[in-house]
Amino acid sequence: MIATLARPLGWRLAQAWMVAILVGVLSFLMMSALPGDMIFRIAAARFGYDNVTAENAELVRAQIGDPSDLSAFFDWIAGLFRGDLGRSLVTGEAVSAEIAHQLGATAQLAGIAIVLSLVIGPPLGLLAGLRPGSVLDRATVLMASVFKATPQFLLGLVLIVAVSIGMGLLPAAGHGELRHMILPGLTLALGLAANTTRITREAVVQARGSDWWRFARWKGMTEPQVVRRHGLRHVAVPVLTLIAAQFVALMEGVVVVETIFGWPGIGHALVHAVFHRDVPMVQGTALVMGLAFVLVNALADVAARLLDPREATR
Amino acid sequence: MTGRLAGTVIFAAVLSFAFGLPLISGADPVSQSLMKSLQPPSADGWLGYDHLGRSMSARMAAALRLSLSIALVTLVTTALIGVALGALASWRGGWIDRALVLFADSVVALPALLIVLIAGLILPNQPLAFWAGLSATLWVEIFRLTRATIRSQIASPAVEAAQLLGFGPLYIFRTHLWPELAPVLRATLALTFAAVVMGIAALGFVSVGVRAPTPELGLMMVELLPYWREAPWALLQPVIATLATLLALTLIAGGAKA
Repeated sequence: MIATLARPLGWRLAQAWMVAILVGVLSFLMMSALPGDMIFRIAAARFGYDNVTAENAELVRAQIGDPSDLSAFFDWIAGLFRGDLGRSLVTGEAVSAEIAHQLGATAQLAGIAIVLSLVIGPPLGLLAGLRPGSVLDRATVLMASVFKATPQFLLGLVLIVAVSIGMGLLPAAGHGELRHMILPGLTLALGLAANTTRITREAVVQARGSDWWRFARWKGMTEPQVVRRHGLRHVAVPVLTLIAAQFVALMEGVVVVETIFGWPGIGHALVHAVFHRDVPMVQGTALVMGLAFVLVNALADVAARLLDPREATR
Repeated sequence: MTGRLAGTVIFAAVLSFAFGLPLISGADPVSQSLMKSLQPPSADGWLGYDHLGRSMSARMAAALRLSLSIALVTLVTTALIGVALGALASWRGGWIDRALVLFADSVVALPALLIVLIAGLILPNQPLAFWAGLSATLWVEIFRLTRATIRSQIASPAVEAAQLLGFGPLYIFRTHLWPELAPVLRATLALTFAAVVMGIAALGFVSVGVRAPTPELGLMMVELLPYWREAPWALLQPVIATLATLLALTLIAGGAKA
């Protein structure tokens, strides 16, 4: 078991390194391409645009050095080994501390989105796949393609206008209570559920046509029994892989949805960091998002092997 | 099949509106006239006027032209990179293949919008940043598809015979590999196009994309959102245009698969 896992996990490790290097190179390009004197921008972000003076700029330069230097790149890479992502140019706090703080809010939102998408997607896909061609099936497939084609920000906009402004049911922005989570969570979940529904449906349709399904039916098991004892595990593997692969779409959605709903997470922080040219924050967020994707996919690799041990012998 | 036809018709309609309107109407998308602020559609302004009295029809056409042009250029770039690298990986195999796959797998780990945001900091103007950022991420899907398709074809007797007869790689690619690849790629290309349109609008909507006063679909939605009660027809225009474009592309892609 362990030996068969070594190969895919080794690949994920290489992938993680490559992500770190890509982020490092991009950040360095960012540093060197920024127009104007970096130090003045940072001074503006720290002291306000009316208080940018040469003395303030020199103060900042003395504190953080010149960030567009080649040594900044190597310092960052070396810092990675120590778990040190550098300091935010604007607040002066350690990037890792700021991100750890925001990651909690994002994880909350992402978790709710995944749970909601799992409540909506696979059950619908299962029902549709068991009765292919029925009204429910066709309606489900149609809805899935409509939601797949709808951009998340538009879905968020429709939900805000319809649910919070139109009906006055839920708040459009805010953080901390359950009622604040529903709309942003749902916005993310509907996009994800469109894909899980489709994949679940395909997997169920394919399973129903297989020999083992017919054999199970032939030996006298009822359809619900076949679904429970054989079907669910079979369908779980592609759905799990899809959810892991969708993680990057989820992160992308987080950037947009957090900004729209004013959610104090990592996506919100990223947009702000871009605004203020806070390169260490941008690269820290990028790194965390990239590595989270690799980690989630590594876990999905392991889970898929556990669910379907046949993979190992192939 | 009917789905693909419907998609093509909708897409053609969007295209002809975006590129045809300037031929028959001389309205300037950024010239303001506060007298006309939020005037509903009428005979001289077919789609009405926005909160600053700018012609909605001219703005809509300009916004669509911007999105569609960036999407087209990005599509060509991603297709070239993806097919070239995919062909290289499957043809040469070995460590080149593994290095390219690792690179692609790592690029995929970073959200596309993030790369576009970073490109926006590196490059001097926004359309260029959209092109660079989206090209840098969207080639991966095409690369993977090309690699998988060509891999199975390269071992085929036809390709082997052509190689034995001394034909060069370009000839083999044109006559044996491309005909297999083209139909497989069409769905992905349509979805790539949709991803570009969606990305531009999404970043415009969260105010880190194209800057005002340039008309852009996502930006127009934000600008018109405060007036949704007085002028819902104005807010609906960019929303409907975006949805119609994306739906058309999804239909084109879906029709190819079924």
